[in-house]
Amino acid sequence: MAEKLWRVSMSPHLRDGTSTSNIMWTVFCALLPQLALSAWVFGPRVLLLAGVSIGSAMLAEWAVRRAMGRDNTLADGSAALTGLLLAYVLPPGVPLDLPFWGAVFSVCIAKQLFGGLGFNFFNPALMGRAFLAVGFPVAMTTAWIMPQFPGFLSSLAAPDAVATATPLYVLKHAGLVEFLREFGNQRGWASLILGFRPGCIGETSPVLLLAGGLYLMYRRIITWHVPASMLASVALLAWVFGPEGWLTGPVLPHLFSGGLFLGAFFMATDYVTSPSRPRAKLIFGAGCGAITVLIRLKGGYPEGVCYAILLMNCISPVLDDWIRPRRFAPPLQCAPGKKP
Amino acid sequence: MSSTALRTFSLGGVHPPGRKAPAAGLAIEALPAPSEYVVPLLQHCGAPAAPLVKKGEVVAEGQCIGRVDKGLGASVHSPCAGKVTGLVRTPNPILGLVPAVAIEPDPEAAAFAPLPEDWEAMEACDILGRIKEAGVVGMGGAGFPTHIKLCPPPDLKVDTFIANGVECESYLAADHRLMLERTADVVQGVRILRKVLGVERALIGVEANKPDAIAALLAAVEAAGEGGRISVQPLAVKYPQGSEKQLISALTGRNVPAGGLPAHVGCVVQNVGTCCAVYEAVALGRPCYERVVTVAGAGVARAANLRCRVGTSLRYLVEYLGGATDEAASCVLGGPMMGLAVQNLDYRVTKATSGVLLLTAAETGTGDFGPCIRCGRCLDACPMGLEPRDISIYAERGRYADTPRFGLWDCFECGSCAYVCPAKRPLVQFIRASKLRLRCRG
Repeated sequence: MAEKLWRVSMSPHLRDGTSTSNIMWTVFCALLPQLALSAWVFGPRVLLLAGVSIGSAMLAEWAVRRAMGRDNTLADGSAALTGLLLAYVLPPGVPLDLPFWGAVFSVCIAKQLFGGLGFNFFNPALMGRAFLAVGFPVAMTTAWIMPQFPGFLSSLAAPDAVATATPLYVLKHAGLVEFLREFGNQRGWASLILGFRPGCIGETSPVLLLAGGLYLMYRRIITWHVPASMLASVALLAWVFGPEGWLTGPVLPHLFSGGLFLGAFFMATDYVTSPSRPRAKLIFGAGCGAITVLIRLKGGYPEGVCYAILLMNCISPVLDDWIRPRRFAPPLQCAPGKKP
Repeated sequence: MSSTALRTFSLGGVHPPGRKAPAAGLAIEALPAPSEYVVPLLQHCGAPAAPLVKKGEVVAEGQCIGRVDKGLGASVHSPCAGKVTGLVRTPNPILGLVPAVAIEPDPEAAAFAPLPEDWEAMEACDILGRIKEAGVVGMGGAGFPTHIKLCPPPDLKVDTFIANGVECESYLAADHRLMLERTADVVQGVRILRKVLGVERALIGVEANKPDAIAALLAAVEAAGEGGRISVQPLAVKYPQGSEKQLISALTGRNVPAGGLPAHVGCVVQNVGTCCAVYEAVALGRPCYERVVTVAGAGVARAANLRCRVGTSLRYLVEYLGGATDEAASCVLGGPMMGLAVQNLDYRVTKATSGVLLLTAAETGTGDFGPCIRCGRCLDACPMGLEPRDISIYAERGRYADTPRFGLWDCFECGSCAYVCPAKRPLVQFIRASKLRLRCRG
């Protein structure tokens, strides 16, 4: 009988069950409730947009890896997740070719040309959005859809006056008074928090996004540091730099009416493009929040989450280099023999 | 005391599945003598012992057959009475082929007769001499010669002796059974070692998943009249608590400096198995040629804690237990986190073999590794506060010279980082490769 062949490998011989693809698909699933809501209130075409986005991201990943002579990485789920996140930062009324071009840019340029998963400097989905905002500015800033409310929930409908503008657009260009007139009543706040308002496909419902984010924390996939510090810094700075003077800013509109929850829980927490140590994460999140508020208050766009995260992505490696883990113990002062 | 109040080390750590059943519930059984022993003359770091016997020579059980005169090393003794059939070579998973003595046991010969001695009347240096003569080494797995560890540099003051009963590796139960079945001997060993070191305070650290061992030790300490001076400390279950530096940190709150010895913070640590071997060596005059080996894993027909002698072949040991199952994929010497996978069963039990694990593919997990996704789990898991992620990224590209600044030389290869890595990166392998390359470069 032939001698049994034993497998030899380096220790450890036990491995934890979590895998890269497991993490990616868990994040993917944690995002799905928001997609369901959007499909419901913005119409089933949203699903088509998401499908095109995910499909083109996966196709692009497959094609570019093949063209570069590298192995197929579709199974790790990162391309599908990028596709879904890209669809989430698009207005629901954009033409179907936008998610295609955006996904191709995200995957080919922002991710694979930098070396693929683990080596991209910038969040690929947000790079795709930035690319589309430059290439297709009209569609990206006007293709908003007024939510259509089925049946008994129609009482939550926001007034028709904002049919083509997001709440943050109203806040920026018409002012707080107008924003409060449209959203300041009880019904309006409920709409904002539950997600019955115009906006990008994946940003409308702070409640569902928060639930997804908390689930990811429970599963220990993300930690609280980035979301908490980003939300806190937006709230604080929006309050301090109010339109009527110091310490008068409207906090709740800034927290609930833009893409902050999507960005804080699902974009800024991307492993590859954010730092790893808790203190660095707090700084990173605070920086994201600060740039968001800067753009919202002083910049040309009503919403700043996307560019804020992209700008902070640039300094993530610096933060990682700056804030290193605490060592078990300092080295022996007068070492008897230095190691080779 | 609630489990949250239990002490443990401060930084990092992981919780691999314990898988202590069924071995933890199985009493130690003696392995029948095989037809041949091949006793390696080099079983751990240090110099190989010089053989003291020739082919054809008749040896007695416990007779010294190899001795190290200078430097680091430990004497080797015959595991049986019999005849030397030759000076051969035998494989060692780290050291390659090492010199060994092959001995054919003589079943008619007399067994070892103990030479009891009243150690309490002996001087510390005489006790140390007996420990050295008996060839006692660390039984926890590394096999560092015990008499050298008991002589810390004279300028360092040692005030605490720590007995390591943590056994944090999954599957292994040899120390657990030893603490249960030979409790009094372990406690005597602790008393002897405390005398050698001239310290008052002795701590026995045991993880809280062994409450029966803790209770037995507490009772034995009371029975030995050492209630106030030997303290049995339950510890929270966390890997790698059995590592010397982590155990000292958990028990005393002192952190051994990087590149330093436990004695730099006033401690000396010995495994409970070593304590037992010290007791046998000093009080009974019995050299170190026998140990308890846990054989476990889903790949072996029957798990057991075997009392077996140094030089027994793994093949004999596995066949005694009914052989390996068809699903058995790898054979690991030691624990699953730090043990060494061997490519066949021609290896021999040494003084440092704490376990022989036959693991199936389902137990070990297989598959390719992917790129680092920078999740930071390895940074959180590392008990030394190092950066395995960056070491692996540089090592993967051959830039070994860039790895030391991430803590390469402080890594003791516990495997916590690779255990948690979702990309399944072989981080320990990258770390070992970096160390090897940098050492070779000089």
